[in-house]
Amino acid sequence: MNVVVLGATKGIGRALARRFAERGDRVFLLGRDPAELDRSAHDIEIRANSKAPIGFAHCDLADPDTFGPALAASASALSQVDTVVVTAGDFATQPALEADLARTRHLLTVNFTNTVLFCEEVRAQLFGRGGTLCVFSSVAGDRGRKPVILYGAAKAGLAHYLEGLDHKYRAQGLRVVCVKPGFVKTSMTTGLKPPPFAGEADGVAADVVRAIDRGQPVVYSPRIWQAVMLVIRSLPRFVMRRIEF
Amino acid sequence: MTEPQLSGWGRVPVPGQELRSEDLARLTSDAVLTRGLGRSYGDSSLPPASRPVVVATPLADRILSFDDATGVLRAEAGYSLESLYHDFLARGWFTPVTPGTQFVTLGGMVAADVHGKNHHVDGTIGRHVRSLRLRVASGAIVECSRTQEPDLFRATIGGMGLTGHILEVELQLVRVPSPWIWGEMMRVANIDEYLDALKASAAHWPFTMGWIDCLSTGPAMGRGVLQRGRWATPAEAPREFPRALIRVPVPVVCPSWVMGHTVGKIFNEGYYRWNRTTPARVVHPAKFFYPLDALVHWNRLYGRRGFTQYQCVLPEAAGRAAVKQLLELLTRQGAASFLCVIKDCGEQGEGLLSFPLTGTSIALDLPVRDNTQSVVDRLNEFVISQGGRIYLAKDSFTRAEHFRAMEPRLDEWLAIRRKWDPTGKLRSAQSVRLFGDPA
Repeated sequence: MNVVVLGATKGIGRALARRFAERGDRVFLLGRDPAELDRSAHDIEIRANSKAPIGFAHCDLADPDTFGPALAASASALSQVDTVVVTAGDFATQPALEADLARTRHLLTVNFTNTVLFCEEVRAQLFGRGGTLCVFSSVAGDRGRKPVILYGAAKAGLAHYLEGLDHKYRAQGLRVVCVKPGFVKTSMTTGLKPPPFAGEADGVAADVVRAIDRGQPVVYSPRIWQAVMLVIRSLPRFVMRRIEF
Repeated sequence: MTEPQLSGWGRVPVPGQELRSEDLARLTSDAVLTRGLGRSYGDSSLPPASRPVVVATPLADRILSFDDATGVLRAEAGYSLESLYHDFLARGWFTPVTPGTQFVTLGGMVAADVHGKNHHVDGTIGRHVRSLRLRVASGAIVECSRTQEPDLFRATIGGMGLTGHILEVELQLVRVPSPWIWGEMMRVANIDEYLDALKASAAHWPFTMGWIDCLSTGPAMGRGVLQRGRWATPAEAPREFPRALIRVPVPVVCPSWVMGHTVGKIFNEGYYRWNRTTPARVVHPAKFFYPLDALVHWNRLYGRRGFTQYQCVLPEAAGRAAVKQLLELLTRQGAASFLCVIKDCGEQGEGLLSFPLTGTSIALDLPVRDNTQSVVDRLNEFVISQGGRIYLAKDSFTRAEHFRAMEPRLDEWLAIRRKWDPTGKLRSAQSVRLFGDPA
């Protein structure tokens, strides 16, 4: 399988790229910082004991002009792209966003508008004959909740978009995997107090690889979060107004 | 909201918090301390009270280079032994020195200058480190080795992260003939027999260590189980790679009686009887090196108050009488210890605060009780009288004056540290306690 990972230098994207390469898939890395991409590509080559160098290209979710060239580079390096994974995204706490409208605009643009635009380009440019599009939404998108109102709203919109794609294009060979990670101990969440059931990047990566192989449309990871969110979604509003979750 | 807390492996917390990132260079620019996976038992990876944030390296885990001809590996400080085992053992390479757990990082191994079952042959990890990249207190990034800034290099090996934030480590791996161990167990009836067997094994086996029953007294004092091994030859080894072992978590913090005297007695009796002398055979490498890793969060067994590990080394010159006296002293203090590991050490390494020296190392798990401070004080007084010393990676109770009395190399280390960090910026809860750093 040939896989493109956007967000491959850090966190879950890093863990995913390693897992794919170690089991023999060909990977192509996309990210913001060429020096970091180079370092990560080298790390993966050594871990996977790969003879061929791992390719990479600049791609920044904040700048849609980078999408076309990055996908063209992916296609020419891998000749055929089977799977595109998007782990990249922006994060800030609700208080930080409420205090800064420019920051909020950036987060909403990157996590919703530009992520959708990236997916649309993938669909048009690479997946004419089908493929798997795996995109990271979040448990934060499952319900409007006090600590993640803005971040959650962008992730909810993204999940909706992915569900629509699945309904419309699955018959034409496009498989969509919407990942909803719970709290994962990465640099994105560092400094926040981990709740019970906090996961590690590599464990989430293992779940995601399995979901991609099966073409599972929605996957929660760590899996316990599926049950947690089932409860949260069923709580009445008067309860949600009182709790801080 | 409650104040966040952080603890070492012994689960005795202080106010504190970890910051994790792939980008160590950015995170360490203003930090006072960096930790790896938090496996040191005491307060060496815990922050001072006035700066309660520690940088954690596990996300900075990239391999930077590996030469398949020479076995030289360079990686970011957060690269773990668990990853090294996974990435390299099947290719015929392994770390030259491993402690008793896989859940440690390269940076942490260097900072504590860890040793393993092969110390009598191969020394500590420091001997196999070729070069280090540090962020020193001034903010500069410095490469050091035996030829480049050699003083900083010697002070950093075993320097508990107090000379600079370790960013990258270059390590010489060793070729192994197979991924399996060829090993055997010997049941021994008392401490004399145990020490004889340890000495006799050292000449022929690169890996030796063992467990003794600290709760038995009289003629059976120090009965135990000695383990010895070497890498299996291709002819001895099974064809397949050792399968990943199942790990079971301890789900909750246990009540304190779980690791108390009565359960200890029963457990030790059972363990002693269960482990009969076996002829040499093929042993799974993870079972051989990391038996306790199978029990995830085993530190929860020690209850809410946590535990400490007392590890000291008694010099060869003190003789076996000293080992016996230490065990008797422990018994007199009524300090039950489930886990007592005794191992012979080879020569002292080049790291200025490196723990091992030629003699016998004794490690004891002690649940924290009201009298733990006085137990450690008494043990330390004895160790000082014998010319021995303790292991900083395990310690959280030793007094500053006791450590100074044990450590003739301390002034040299402090001088080098002062040269690189004149204002004493880099510090830990342990350095506040032992070296008088500002809290």
